[in-house]
Amino acid sequence: MRITLNGEPRDVQAETLAEALSECGFTGRVATAVNEVFVPVSQRQSHKLSDGDRVEVLGAMQGG
Amino acid sequence: MRAFYGTELANPLMLGTAQYPSPAILEAAFRESGAAVATVSLRREGADGAGQAFWAMIRDLGVHVLPNTAGCHTVKEAVTTAHMAREVFDTPWIKLELIGHSDSLQPDVFQLVEAAKILSDEGFQVFPYTTEDLVVGERLLAAGCEVLMPWGAPIGSGRGLANPYALRAMRAEFPDTPLVVDAGIGLPSHAAEAMELGYDAVLLNTAVAKAGDPVAMARAMMRAVEAGALSYQADPIEARDMAEPSTPVIGKAFLS
Repeated sequence: MRITLNGEPRDVQAETLAEALSECGFTGRVATAVNEVFVPVSQRQSHKLSDGDRVEVLGAMQGG
Repeated sequence: MRAFYGTELANPLMLGTAQYPSPAILEAAFRESGAAVATVSLRREGADGAGQAFWAMIRDLGVHVLPNTAGCHTVKEAVTTAHMAREVFDTPWIKLELIGHSDSLQPDVFQLVEAAKILSDEGFQVFPYTTEDLVVGERLLAAGCEVLMPWGAPIGSGRGLANPYALRAMRAEFPDTPLVVDAGIGLPSHAAEAMELGYDAVLLNTAVAKAGDPVAMARAMMRAVEAGALSYQADPIEARDMAEPSTPVIGKAFLS
């Protein structure tokens, strides 16, 4: 299916959010949202993705 | 020093982590100054894991970490960002920023109070970036905040304390609440002035990160906040209009 990952279109084999993260090479500590709704770590395994989902993967960054 | 949600800070300097010339200079600025708190943020992570290296470096500094919701313009956006920050940084602390005006980056205090209530009810320890308005301050405390962070001047402007009168009024109005001047500091004298007013900490970033020598400026800021805090504790004299000789006149020789 095709999802939008951090604003870019992406074709993935994954069915769940956890699988998609692994498939796209995210290994460290990140936080996720799907279609603008926060999905905590504990729900990533069970969260099924659908075609067209907008996935945000955020990590630590410098800030003021 | 008043405690921040039960945490006593070793010193009153909260330092931002953005805009430094290099990660090495950022790290040196923290190590050389000894700043107690680092503010951090969240952005889209690339598969290169840039955020992971940054987070590892901040963790090694051993400072308290205060994630922000910088750039958020709506309650929903800020609340979602706070949830995500809690997971990445593993802390209930959140610097709640809700921007209401694009030129001045002035906080949208109406949405700020709403978001502060939601997050406080969920167990977050909210550090609200607010204006120096007393009524808004009361609303934020009623919403569950136990810290207030009024702006000194617009973010990144380096103008110092634009309204010291109002900041002094805030100190008087909220004697038991930890208060932080957040944003607008340009010089160590500005930071010292905030502490002389009895503030509990100063949060700054650009003034250090964009200085010609960020490490030296970070040290200067630390000395300034410590001097200002000592001055407040030492109960300074009142200013007066007329001179008063400091050398005693009694016993002066008659020589004219």
